[in-house]
Formats: sequence, structure tokens, C-alpha cells
Amino acid sequence: MIDHTSPATPSPACEDSQGLRPWAQRRACCANLEPCIEVRDLVVRYGDKPALDRVTLTIPRGCITAVVGPSGCGKSSFLNTLNRLSDLTACCDVSGSVKFEGQEIVGTDLDLIALRRQVGMIFQKPNPFPLSIRENLTFPLQHHGMKKRADREAKMENMLRRVGLWNEVKDRLDAPALGLSGGQQQRLCLARALVLSPRVLLLDEPCSALDPLASAVVEDLIASLRGDYTVVIVTHNLAQARRIADHVAMFWLVDGAGTVVEHGSAANVFEAPANPITAAYIAGARG
Amino acid sequence: MSPSRTETSLLWLLRALAAIAGAITLLIVVFLLVEAWPALRSPGFTHFLSDEAWFPSSSTPQFNIAPMVAGTVAATLGAMLLATPLGIAAALFCRFYAPPALASGFRRLLELLAGIPSVVYGFWGLVVLTPLIRQWAPPGQSLLAAVLILSLMILPTIALLSETALRSIPRSYLQGAAALGLSRWRTISGVALPAARCGIASAIMLAAGRAIGETMAVLMVAGNIVQVPDSIFAPVRTLTANIALELGYAMGGHRAALFVSGLMLLVLIVVLVTLSDWIMREEIHG
Amino acid sequence: MAEKTTRVVSGGFLPPARRGTDWPDRIATVLMWAVALLITAVFVWIVGDLVLQGLPHLSWEYLSAGPEDAGRGGGIAPILVSTLLILAVCMAVSIPLGLGTAVLLSEFGRRNQFFGRLVRYSLDVLAGVPSIVFGLFGNAFFSITLGMGFSILSGGLTLSCMVLPLLIRSTESALRAVPDDYRRAAAALGLPVFTALWRILLPAATPGLIAGLVLGIGRALAETAALLFTSGYVDRMPGSLLDSGRALSIHIYDLAMNVPGGESNAYASAVVLIGLLLVINALTFRAADRWLHQGITPV
Repeated sequence: MIDHTSPATPSPACEDSQGLRPWAQRRACCANLEPCIEVRDLVVRYGDKPALDRVTLTIPRGCITAVVGPSGCGKSSFLNTLNRLSDLTACCDVSGSVKFEGQEIVGTDLDLIALRRQVGMIFQKPNPFPLSIRENLTFPLQHHGMKKRADREAKMENMLRRVGLWNEVKDRLDAPALGLSGGQQQRLCLARALVLSPRVLLLDEPCSALDPLASAVVEDLIASLRGDYTVVIVTHNLAQARRIADHVAMFWLVDGAGTVVEHGSAANVFEAPANPITAAYIAGARG
Repeated sequence: MSPSRTETSLLWLLRALAAIAGAITLLIVVFLLVEAWPALRSPGFTHFLSDEAWFPSSSTPQFNIAPMVAGTVAATLGAMLLATPLGIAAALFCRFYAPPALASGFRRLLELLAGIPSVVYGFWGLVVLTPLIRQWAPPGQSLLAAVLILSLMILPTIALLSETALRSIPRSYLQGAAALGLSRWRTISGVALPAARCGIASAIMLAAGRAIGETMAVLMVAGNIVQVPDSIFAPVRTLTANIALELGYAMGGHRAALFVSGLMLLVLIVVLVTLSDWIMREEIHG
Repeated sequence: MAEKTTRVVSGGFLPPARRGTDWPDRIATVLMWAVALLITAVFVWIVGDLVLQGLPHLSWEYLSAGPEDAGRGGGIAPILVSTLLILAVCMAVSIPLGLGTAVLLSEFGRRNQFFGRLVRYSLDVLAGVPSIVFGLFGNAFFSITLGMGFSILSGGLTLSCMVLPLLIRSTESALRAVPDDYRRAAAALGLPVFTALWRILLPAATPGLIAGLVLGIGRALAETAALLFTSGYVDRMPGSLLDSGRALSIHIYDLAMNVPGGESNAYASAVVLIGLLLVINALTFRAADRWLHQGITPV
């Protein structure tokens, strides 16, 4: 297991070329790098076809970890194993070990509902339920045992404010959620995940289906989650990873299956990649 | 997964419902076999083809169902011969010839035709069609009437299913043909029909199944005389009509004989359904 | 090969009919239109004949009175009641069975593929079984073995076996048409499968469910052969579900075949039957429309 917790050599406080906060300052938000999710020798196969091979990775609590790499190298498959959504896929076979806060979640008979309550997920395509805006947030709460209507409404308002949607929708809470714009829908989905107070948020390319403006809004929102939640974000967009990630895991296709070729703090991976593949990929994307 | 208790019990409820639904077919086969068993055992199956005639309730019963089989085969074949080209032509018209508004109207008309109850077709055939045939060649209630009514009934099935098959041809095939400067008919005969042949073949199988199983319409127009038809104007009795006519008063061996013919119908349909399934699967794999 | 496009044609992407040299193409075009005209003409003939001959006999009395003189006179009130009761029994049994099976096949099929395949094959066969064979089975099983005799209950149960494959297939395809995104979103929120099903998937599939229901009702209303030996011929007002009751389709058959002079009333009954089918069709689709406009389902 690569020990990513070893304090990254205090690289020269490299002011990001895009004028963002320097790496050092960003890392301060999640300085105490305690592991939240520990992945060890994770193997995922679809029937005979391997998708992930021996992935070992630690995801630190309270940080934003970006999972980057080319298409088809198993990034989404990886994400789906973290909340056992892989169970929904036919003939998807997962082995190895994933520990969430010390508890093994692969292959065990744990309470999936409790797990998924603590590990929220946002998908590439915004997928609000075909209900009203209000029901999209209150229905999961109601189901998870929040009995009092006033509590649910308060929580809903709180979370809609958190994602900056309150002022846009407060007059039409009973309108169908599918009538919102793509960016609004994605923020609603984020609110819907946050409303259950998860500890971890899994984001599967949350901005790739949005236009640039909406994408920027959602991205800022994700950056603001740092510290409160452990965030794992899959992204194709290296610039985005650079802007928001504290940690980066680089996935690559090796012998037909995806695996992690390098991971560590964003500063290290982006500024001083150890692996030539990573270096080439980052340089290529940059050039 | 550790679902809650309600969830587990709901899942078992669903399983039970599905098991009931799946068991109905089995139940039908079992009951037909049980009821047909006396006839299959005591005269034996060969009697159904080798006896001299159909006198099922006389003291020395005779169980020759060959005339009924001939009636069913003749009526079905005739209807298929008539309805297949017309149905495919109707599908082609809908897909390639009619302007869009007309095409959707025509489709709706085919759906309405498919929705008319068979007893209404039979009634119309009885009061309108058979008198017309009678003027031409008495007695009117005849194989021809059965063929005409049956083809009218299965035509919408063939047309609608073929149209669906034609619709699922990749657009690029047709554009490719158009780019070669082929005429419309050559595009249809050279590209569209071959590309949709599996879907159309499956439609024809299903329609054949419907024609074989149809009871009321045929019962009302075919004349129902037990004989191997010697001309298209001769009255015939089909297997299904025979059951409908005689089950009401059939006893003992007679009743069992009727269940044997029901069993034969069932086997025929299973063969057709399996064939049609197989054709469709060939298309997916090939 | 000089030709002029005279109009923009149908299908959108095929060349228009050519003028002049290409004889097969011209003949084919003429033939297609001729076939379409022929089918339309026959349709107009049938429907026109039924309406012209049947409508004059229709009146409130016809719908509200009992039949007299073996149906030559009087009305069809008890027959309508029997028909609706048979339909109600059929739907009361087949809707829960169909819904449950379809949900199992579409949402849980993956967990037990063998069972699912078995059920599906059996339903495929069931869908092809001729209606008279259902009649044989219903007579042997419901009427005799279960001792229901010739009754509305026995007829309705037989019909429910018959419409079941139709209901299951349409429900299953309606559920499969609901985007997987909803299932994944619900699972990611930790919602149990049945909660998601009840609150999200089934409402989203409602238009498809209703379309399937209309098909099933249509098939049940139109059926005759399966009822001949299960619900029977008795044309009195049924007192209970265990009474024999004559369905509308059987009434038409009986008047046409066994009652000389019953033709004009058979016409009227045929118009009522077709009218009933059309009304149910229109009503349920209106309901589906309203559902859509409430914005519960994606448009």
C-alpha cells in the first residue's frame, strides 16, 4: 500500500497557474489525514471481463479526492463499489477489501440501507425523481424516519440554501423537478444526497453533462464541501481536478483492466508525478 | 443484502404470484391430459386418424378427426395465402408509400380492425358475406367464407407486426440504397424486406397461430359439416368449431375425444410459438 | 432516367415514384395503394353495415330491459350486467397476479434467472393458447373440479388466465422503459426497493400500465369461445357470482346462430359491444393523459 499519508515534501508553495489557492493552504483544510475509506486489492469483474485489478487506495476523511484517468479504465466501477451500487449490475463480481470507517463492506452481509445513507452519490446525468421539487427532498427523509413534517421542511430549506437553489425555487416547490434546468437538477440531486447527512459523497462526473456556466456553479459547490464531507469525485476534466482536489488517484488501463498507477496529494501528482504514465497524461492534457 | 422483514415477505409474495402465473400453463396441460386420457388409452391415438368416421356418441363410437384436421389446415392455409401478401403490402404502404398523416391514420385503422371481436367478424360474415357467396355458389357457408373471414382477422396482425419490423430497420440501410439511386420498389425488395425478414416471418407464425386457434368466426361461417372439403365452396368443420359445437352435450369417451383435439391444438400452438421465438432469436444472434 | 420529383413523399427518405421507364416500380406503387384502398373499403363496409343496421335498434329501453322471446325482443340489461361482472372478476384476479409477476420479472429477474426464464416461457405459450382450449380447461378445472359450475366466477377466472400474459408483458415492458437512473438514484439514497417501486417506478410507468390494462379489458370483452362452457348461456339477471350469466359476445353468437329472426338485435348488440370497447379505450387514455399532465411522470 502506498503510504500517501507521509507528509508530502513541502513542495515549494506553488501558486497554481490558474490563480487558485496554493496547494499548501488547500491541504490545511484536511490536515489530519485519517483514513475514511481504505481500499485494498480490490478486483471487479463483469462476467469474464476484468474491469479493475488490485486497486489499493486510501481515501482521507474530510478531503476531496479526485479519481482521474482515461475513459474505460474502471473509474465508475470503482466508485460503485464504495456504496455497493455494483450490486445493481448483473454479473458484477467484486472481491478484495473496502473498509468504510473500519467496517468491511465487500462481500459482507451488512445493512446496505444504512451504508448508502452514509455514503451519498451523485451521477453524471442529473436524475431527480419524477416528483415535485419538495418531494424529491422530503420523500427520502420521510422514509428514513423523520416523522415530523416541520422537521423535514426545515431540513429541505436548509439544504436547498446550502446548494444555492432556495431563492430560485422557493416559489415553486411543488412544481415537477424535471422542469428545472440541467444545472439546477444537478444541484437538487446534491441537496437530495446531503439531506440525509451522509459522511461520504461519491460524485460520478457530476459536471460533464452540464453547460460551462452550470458546471462552474456545481464545481464551486463541491469545493465548498471540503472539510464537512469526504468527497470522492470521478472526473475526466484534469483542470477541474486541479482546481478542487486535495488528493488525486490516477487510474490507467494495465493489461486490459483498470488499476491505480499513482496516487497522493494533488500537489505531488500534478507537479511532480512519479509515474511516467501520469506525467505523460497530465502533460498531454495540458498541452 | 439484509433487507427488512417486510421487504423479504413482499418478495416472497411476488414470487408466489409469479409462481401461480407460471403454473397456469402447467395446469392447463395437466387438465387437458387428464381429461383426454380415457380416449388416448382405450381407443388409442391411432384411432383418431384410422377410424371410418366421426360418430363419437354412438354405441360403437368412431373417432376419425381427419376431416376436422383437413378443415383447419385448409382454412388456415387459405387465410395465410390471402392475408400474408396483403398484410405485408399494407405494412409497406404504411411505412414507405403513405404520406405521414395518412400513414398514422391507416395504422389506427389497422389497430381498430385488430380490435374488432371475433364474434362480430363471424356475425358480419354470416349475415353479409355468406349470402353473397350463396348467390354465386350455394350453400354459402363454406370453406371460402371461412378463409375470407380468417384472412380479414389475421391481416391486421401481420400488417402491424411487419410494420414494426420494417420500422426497426436501421435508417442507414435505406439511405445507402437511396444514395445508390435505386428506385423505391428496388430499395424495398432489395434492402427493406430482406432486412426485416425475421420480424415478418415471426409475424406470419403468430398470425398462423391465431388462424388455427380461431373459433367463433369460423364456427359461424364455415357450415360445420364433417367432411373433407372437395371444393372451396364446400362447408367444413374445423377442430376448434368441433369442440365448441359438441362439448355442451359430450359425455364419457366423446368428451375425452374433444379434449384430445384440444391437446392437439395446444401442441400445434406450442410448436408455432417456439418457432417464432427461435426466428426472432436467430435475428438477434445472426 | 430523367424524372421530376412531383412532391415530397412519405417515408421521408426513399426516392419518389419514378415516371416513365421503371415499370416494376410503377406497378408496385399502384398495387400498394390498391391494397390500402381495399382494406379501407372493407373496414368501412363492416363498420358502416354494423352502424347502419344496429343503430336504429338502439334505445334506452334496449339497454335497460331484459330480453324477451329468446332475445328477438326486449333488451340486454341482464347481459350487460353479466358481462361487466365477468370482466370485474377477471380483472380482480389478473391485475394483482399480473402486476406481481411483472414486477418480479423486471425488477428481481436478475437474482433468479432460471425461475424468471421458466415463468416467461410458460407465459409465451399461454399467450398463444387458442381461446377454445381455455374454454376446455376452464370447464374441466373451474366448473367441474372446483365445483363452480356454469357461473360468472368460473367464466371470469378462465378469462383471467387468458389476459394474464398480455397484462404481464405490457406491465413488464412499461417498467423496463422507466430509466435506470431512478433505480440507481433510489438505491444510492438507501431507499428500499419496494419503496422506490411504489413511489417512483410504478407512477412513472403508469401510462404503459394503463395501455396494457386497456388491451386486457378489450381482449376479455371480446372473448366468446372461452365463455361458452364456463359462464354459460343463461340470460336472466344474475343473482350472485355463482349464477350463470350470458356475456354480450355470447349473446351476439346465440342470436345470430340459434335464434331465427334475432339478426336485428344481434346487430344492436354488436354495436353496443364495439361501443363499449371504444369507450373504455377513450376513458382510460384520458385518465392516462391527466396523469401525465399532473407532471408526476416525465414528459
